[in-house]
Amino acid sequence: MAEKKSVERIAIHPVTRIEGHGKVTILLDENRKVKQARMHIVEFRGFERFVQGRPYWEVPVMVQRLCGICPVSHHLCAAKATDILVGGEKLTPTAEKMRRLMHYGQIFQSHALHFFHLASPDLLFGFDADPAVRNIIGVARKHKDLAVQGVMMRKYGQEVIKATAGKKIHGTGAIPGGINKNLSIRERDYLLEDIGKMIQWAKAAVDLARKYTEDHLEELKDFGTFPSNHLGIVREDGALDLYDGGLRTVDAEGNKIFDHIPVQRYLEFIAEEVRPWSYMKFPFIKSLGPEKGWYRVGPLSRINACDFIDTPLAEKERQDFMALTGGKPNNITMAYHWARMIEILHAAEKIQELLNDPDLQGTDLVVRGEPRREAMAVIEAPRGTLFHHYRINEEGLVTKANLIVSTTQNNEPMNRSVTKVAKDFMEGKDKIDEGILNRVEVAIRAYDPCLSCATHALGNMPLVVEARDESGRLLDSLRRD
Amino acid sequence: MIKPITFIVDGKEIRGREGQTILQAALEAGVYIPHLCFHPDLKPFGSCRVCTVMVNGRPAASCTTPIAEGMIVESSSERIREYRKILVEMLFVEGNHFCMVCEKSGNCELQALAYRLGITAPRFPYLFPKREVDASHPEVFIDRNRCVLCGRCVRASRDVDGKHVFDFAGRGPEKKVAVNSKGRLAETKLSSADKAVDICPVGAILKKGEAYMVPVGKRAFDRKPIGAEIEEKGTDLQS
Repeated sequence: MAEKKSVERIAIHPVTRIEGHGKVTILLDENRKVKQARMHIVEFRGFERFVQGRPYWEVPVMVQRLCGICPVSHHLCAAKATDILVGGEKLTPTAEKMRRLMHYGQIFQSHALHFFHLASPDLLFGFDADPAVRNIIGVARKHKDLAVQGVMMRKYGQEVIKATAGKKIHGTGAIPGGINKNLSIRERDYLLEDIGKMIQWAKAAVDLARKYTEDHLEELKDFGTFPSNHLGIVREDGALDLYDGGLRTVDAEGNKIFDHIPVQRYLEFIAEEVRPWSYMKFPFIKSLGPEKGWYRVGPLSRINACDFIDTPLAEKERQDFMALTGGKPNNITMAYHWARMIEILHAAEKIQELLNDPDLQGTDLVVRGEPRREAMAVIEAPRGTLFHHYRINEEGLVTKANLIVSTTQNNEPMNRSVTKVAKDFMEGKDKIDEGILNRVEVAIRAYDPCLSCATHALGNMPLVVEARDESGRLLDSLRRD
Repeated sequence: MIKPITFIVDGKEIRGREGQTILQAALEAGVYIPHLCFHPDLKPFGSCRVCTVMVNGRPAASCTTPIAEGMIVESSSERIREYRKILVEMLFVEGNHFCMVCEKSGNCELQALAYRLGITAPRFPYLFPKREVDASHPEVFIDRNRCVLCGRCVRASRDVDGKHVFDFAGRGPEKKVAVNSKGRLAETKLSSADKAVDICPVGAILKKGEAYMVPVGKRAFDRKPIGAEIEEKGTDLQS
């Protein structure tokens, strides 16, 4: 007689090659069916609380300390809110273009970091490859050119940020109503030197991501995948715009749920649900409710939501991307990588366009008008749509802050991807090997989550997996350093 | 005629004038002695003790000690440097100094001193005191989290502006810069043009609307450490 198995809890803690600190727990019942699969964020940041009582003009410099990977997104989103607080939201061309340049530099470096350093080992070596090889060092050994490109692309993006924000990480460029510097001719020429190469490498990265998706389509089309709604901001003419625009959501079939909604009205359309087991909230589209209103954000959603891209090379890639799903939204979770590389190409093209714009040498940097006491702002951070909402008192001190970050919005989808992978690969299996556990992480990594931002820590991330029975007795454990 | 006085700082002969303090004479001669509460436009106060030197073998604040003929001053010995470092570290842990987000960063004398003295992290535990922000004035605000009680604002308002807007209140850890009104800063006679507003060495008294206007790389201490200008003058004097 076969012995009856007990409930098994599998924990992936921490999840590796993502930004921040998280863990996954999967409960298998006595019949080896997935009872529950959850992604937890085990850190807590609390920026919304400690900006309270601080002067609003400090906020863009303060909130960017949420993270060292995409601080520019928080810096700029908060700056956009403070523009409104000082009545300076109609920026001078120099200020707006400097900020856009900073932002595209940010998208470029962050996407490069994610694709080359964090995700490429899975794509190049396969999900089951030896973890000793399946990492950035392995990539550097076997695909030296690619690793070098990843490092150099990240560096280039950081140089763009330095030229616009004053520092590569945590600068001060954007100030309420504008920017504190323009782009000198020397800085411009320095950045122009390499932009051609960057566009070329970005194009090669799109090819790589595309070929990977097409070659593995059978495996990927169902991997951690499900139909979902998508949110992104778009320009008035429907173009992809990563710096500013109206909110648009499309459903899994491409029907618009709402469109061109100014961020000042976001509360009418988006709400957040709190669940007792997570520090992260669960946002949803109000009209659809928490059950059906969850949505995805980030590169995949943005490419799905926009009508076109206003730079030629990236637009061509977008058309090919959309052709895969017959013009309807692509819901394949692993297609995030391809979409992300289309955006990196778009960012490179935009950087080139801006560097050739003489407005960047303008000297009219700041505008101020009628002050206000409340402001909302939105920006497309590398990982997805980012909302900042502030209220200040008559003295200019912050009384309330709400940050809805991209990873929070991808919370429900990531949990669904984890559940899907767990069901597809773990159910009925007696022994869960490392390759299967890695699949859970691969699905999470597709979203490029940043857990530091999401809960308002980077560090050494060994992976410890423990299987325990319901009484907590250790049944099996697997460690990866 | 003012009597010339010759004394020695770190083995170097310095010529000053009767009535000068050690710090005044040294700075004039291009010898930098780190200091914080001292300001050339204000009367010496001797509160921060950062300018402590050994005078004939005994510690003294160089900003308040008058020079005397043949005086032997030790300012850059290992011992004095360590004392100074400890003093500045204590200033850091006593308040809430978050340089990474402070708008005074790069222009702050306390931060610049810490860099010059090689302070990477304080050895003492942070006290995290609860301090008030007063942003009631339309043009100026006080963030007491960053106040080091140097008294520059107190002296400038009283002696230069003739207004006496600021003074100290409380004792020990409770000591703070108070404003001369029943309520808050807005109800005082302070104007943003006052000397007292421009003279704060840290980010405790600041004008509103000017935060982060100077980009990183162009701020006062981005290119040269604090005291470098004094020392350059000293090199010029020698050549």
